[in-house]
Amino acid sequence: MLYALIVFLPAVAALIAGFFGRWIGDRGAQMVTCGAVTIAAVLSILTFFEIGFGGAPQHVELLRWMQSGSFEMSWALQIDTLTCVMLVVVTVVSALVHWYSVGYMDHDHHKSRFMAYLSLFTFAMLMLVTADNFVQLFFGWEGVGLASYLLIGFWYDRPSANAAAIKAFVVNRVGDFGFALGIMGVFLVFNSVDFATVFAATAIKAGQTFSFLGMQLDIVTTLTMLLFLGAMGKSAQLFLHTWLPDAMEGPTPVSALIHAATMVTAGVFMVVRLSPMFEYAPTTLMVVTIVGAATAFFAASVGLVQNDIKRVIAYSTCSQLGYMFFAAGVSAYSAAMFHLFTHAFFKALLFLGAGSVIHGMSGEQDMRRMGGLYTLLPLTYALMWIGSLSLAGIIPLSGYWSKDLVLEAAFAAGSGVGYFAYWTGVTVALMTAFYSGRLLFMTFHGPARVDKAVMSHAHEAPKVMNVPNLILALGAIVAGFWAYDFMVGEGRAAFWGNAIFVMPSHDPIEHAHHLPWPIVWLPMLAAVLGLVLSWFLYVRRPDLPARWATVNAPLYKFLLNKWYFDELYDLIFVGPAKWLGRTLWKGGDGKIIDGFGPDGFAAMTIQLARRAVAAQSGYVYHYAFAMLIGVAALVTFFLVMG
Amino acid sequence: MTTLSMSDLMPALPELWVAAASLVLLLIGTFRGDRGTGLVSWLSIAVLIIAAVLVVSGPQDKTVTFGGMFIVDAFGVFAKVLALLGSSLAIIMSLGYLRNEGMARFEFPILIVLATLGMMMMISANDMMSLYLGLELQSLALYVVAAFKRDSVRATEAGLKYFVLGALSSGMLLYGISLIYGFTGSTNFVQLAETLRSTDVAHSVGLIVGLVFLVSGLAFKVSAVPFHMWTPDVYEGAATPVTAFLAAAPKIAAMALFLRTLVAPFMEAFAQWQQIIVVIAIASMALGAFAALRQDNLKRLMAYSSIGHMGYALMGLAAGTSQGLQGVLVYLALYLVMNVGTFAAILTMRVRGTMVEGVNDLAGLGKSNPMMAFALAILMFSLAGIPPMAGFFGKFYVFLAAVDAKLYVMAVAGVLSSVVAAYYYLRIIKVMYFDDPAESFEQPMPGEMRAILAVSGAFTLLFVLYPAPLLAWARIAAGALLP
Repeated sequence: MLYALIVFLPAVAALIAGFFGRWIGDRGAQMVTCGAVTIAAVLSILTFFEIGFGGAPQHVELLRWMQSGSFEMSWALQIDTLTCVMLVVVTVVSALVHWYSVGYMDHDHHKSRFMAYLSLFTFAMLMLVTADNFVQLFFGWEGVGLASYLLIGFWYDRPSANAAAIKAFVVNRVGDFGFALGIMGVFLVFNSVDFATVFAATAIKAGQTFSFLGMQLDIVTTLTMLLFLGAMGKSAQLFLHTWLPDAMEGPTPVSALIHAATMVTAGVFMVVRLSPMFEYAPTTLMVVTIVGAATAFFAASVGLVQNDIKRVIAYSTCSQLGYMFFAAGVSAYSAAMFHLFTHAFFKALLFLGAGSVIHGMSGEQDMRRMGGLYTLLPLTYALMWIGSLSLAGIIPLSGYWSKDLVLEAAFAAGSGVGYFAYWTGVTVALMTAFYSGRLLFMTFHGPARVDKAVMSHAHEAPKVMNVPNLILALGAIVAGFWAYDFMVGEGRAAFWGNAIFVMPSHDPIEHAHHLPWPIVWLPMLAAVLGLVLSWFLYVRRPDLPARWATVNAPLYKFLLNKWYFDELYDLIFVGPAKWLGRTLWKGGDGKIIDGFGPDGFAAMTIQLARRAVAAQSGYVYHYAFAMLIGVAALVTFFLVMG
Repeated sequence: MTTLSMSDLMPALPELWVAAASLVLLLIGTFRGDRGTGLVSWLSIAVLIIAAVLVVSGPQDKTVTFGGMFIVDAFGVFAKVLALLGSSLAIIMSLGYLRNEGMARFEFPILIVLATLGMMMMISANDMMSLYLGLELQSLALYVVAAFKRDSVRATEAGLKYFVLGALSSGMLLYGISLIYGFTGSTNFVQLAETLRSTDVAHSVGLIVGLVFLVSGLAFKVSAVPFHMWTPDVYEGAATPVTAFLAAAPKIAAMALFLRTLVAPFMEAFAQWQQIIVVIAIASMALGAFAALRQDNLKRLMAYSSIGHMGYALMGLAAGTSQGLQGVLVYLALYLVMNVGTFAAILTMRVRGTMVEGVNDLAGLGKSNPMMAFALAILMFSLAGIPPMAGFFGKFYVFLAAVDAKLYVMAVAGVLSSVVAAYYYLRIIKVMYFDDPAESFEQPMPGEMRAILAVSGAFTLLFVLYPAPLLAWARIAAGALLP
């Protein structure tokens, strides 16, 4: 019952705020949604301690959903440690973002709608993480997609927001197509969509093949590949990442909640949740590792040169998701979850801090028009430092613990892709630290490049925004240190229980704790190096970056334009699709179907009508003539026909 | 020479009553002058109602008199009741109009009574001679009525056109009759049937040509294509109550005559005349559908509509089965109701003292007079043949008969035409409910119009609930003609 409350309180709040927002007013909607999500957060924390430390996993069946032949499925809540971690992340960040939004959206005219969407998202995300079967997972999956679409396009009077919302939806559709195929395949092979049943049977199916697209393929590998395609879409991995930076068109609290802390991590969660399947598909795990590492590198490289404060953080999110994936790819699922956990805090903090900056700067997002803000926004400045250092992985902040472990685990995996992931990860750590420092120095240091008018209005955020930030800052500082032991340290086996499955033969976490010290400290060193470099370039010698950009113009443009992915997709997919759509619409539907169909018949009918009317001349002799012709024709007909 | 006895006259009692009464009415009219128009009108209605009572209470079984020239049977009873009903309603609907338009002359109702007498004779005709007599009596009265609005150029033109073309059609009819007489040696329906049965004259070219001419003359009366061209001009030109009359009772009488003339004597030549009927039925349905699409004048639109409806009715005849004839009779009955209701609505379309008759004058009626708009909408749905309105069942039975008779081409053509025709009926509904309001009509509607519109609307809407009596009666009537 308690568990059901966690999930359904936000749903009820969303309904109330969404449908009755007009009656209860903005304040009412804010109180209902904030209250509901906060209660859910408190309950989640209680559940976390109950289940995570000693309690047995709980399974709550709510009601039978579908029954068709051998296909049976229920709405059910599966509460194990993995779910608990996600519950805490989702509800706590969501509650903080709800509060923050009260301040951030102060000048907006659709507060109740916004709060309703946020709560709706929270509900869908909770359905996702509590799912005990594939279909419920998919329900939550699509639910968060819908909420994300609604929130990205929240300012629907901006064409760019609408375009970004549609882009997010469509790109996710590509991944979801694979995901749905995977679920259908799972039912085809296992005759069930319940996690427990499927996981139990996976070992039997391992190594068997089935016919897919006319090819004989390994069952588990194929299914996990398809499912991973869904994860790539949702978590913005390379090739399906293009929607995430554009999603920054949504209000900043949305970016913090959905596009940093929770929804985009759903892909990671899914892979971890399905670890009993992925473990039997080494090929898929290899792909996961490579995709994760490549994404981490790609996103970080693009983040180096972006000028929009939110986009820098967005690419950093993309990059950090890559870390999580390659951790999962080397079977270090707990490390992936650990990084997911700490990342939620410092990334939400960074976004909300950036939101405070934007809020204080009357909507300005371009870092080239900021600078020297630390005197005006001292608290935000401090919070951003905490968030950035944590992101960069500086000891002893949260990010250090998780990122270091992820890299160590990759190295410890001992495989080729593991080493590839490690060295890429170290490079990315350097870049991460660099762009984090760049963000800080460009925004808060140096000469002010701000409009006088904006400058005079610049103000520190109100308390309702700062308190959530402070709580997140606390998480960004201590979460890693606090959770290290039971999540990935000695207590990990007791903590995770059966929620995560790792083949006993290759458990990289164990090896990760016994690596030589240069491997362990190299990422930290890279991070410090990156920070120093950014200080040198943006504080000491601010003339250098521009000169380098001119000297290496092609490379700079390549990075600035995000490796030209959008242009490439426009050329390959969007352009032809639009052409095809337009051709089918104008040519196929308009000219052929309408032309020969409804329009053609209508035109022909009108033609005939015109003729019929024209025959009606009004002259008696015409009429008499028609009658005689008629008779003559009939007589002729009979004489000829006999 | 045979002598007539009282019992020979009894079957023709309703006709005799109407004939005598019309002469009395004429006397009254002459003495009272135009002041007596109202009185004469109501008396005419009474005469027709009494005639209907006499028809119903008279012999229902096949009874022949006047030396075989006059027949009374269930078929005749059915058709006569419809014709009498149509005529009396036409007189009722004309009352207010004649008064308002300054054409309240006592001759008007009397001419309608005389035309009705002609119709009754047509319906009971059992011989080419009596057929022609009845037809001409009716037609001559109609020519005059069509031109009754004497100071109107258009009405005069309408009457003249009707007369000239009617004369031409009479000529063709007579020519056909003479050919048939020449090849069979008889004008009596019973003898003709006997001759066709016993000889193979049915296949002679002469008889077939005679049949073609005969059918052409009859087709003119029901305004079937290509003998329809007078219809739009006359309907539009004539005064509206005249149009209301022309569109109802004479059509029914002519169609009844059509049925009897082809079925009673010429059933042996069914294969021949069926082809003619199929052709003119298809042509009528198609033209009725297409030509009306571009009409903005309601009366003209109704003219094309009636051409189309006669085409549908002819489908039942083309089937040549008892079921088909039953379908025709049901169709005629429902057509009468819908048509009278629609014209009742048109006759209330007065704006600031003048009659209007454009489709666009109905704009916004849904708001300004919701009850009238609702009734008219029901009638339009029904005319378009949309279930569950009565008009659907009319079409349903003739289509059923056509399909059962394997006349698929005609049935498909009929369905397609009804799709096209639906456009202009539905357009009227669209104009009433969705267009910006035009000037609203004079209020209140005359009581008799309101009653007619309400009753016809209700009948059309509720027919689906209790269709059995009409269907049963039509089956008996059809059975009398073609067992």
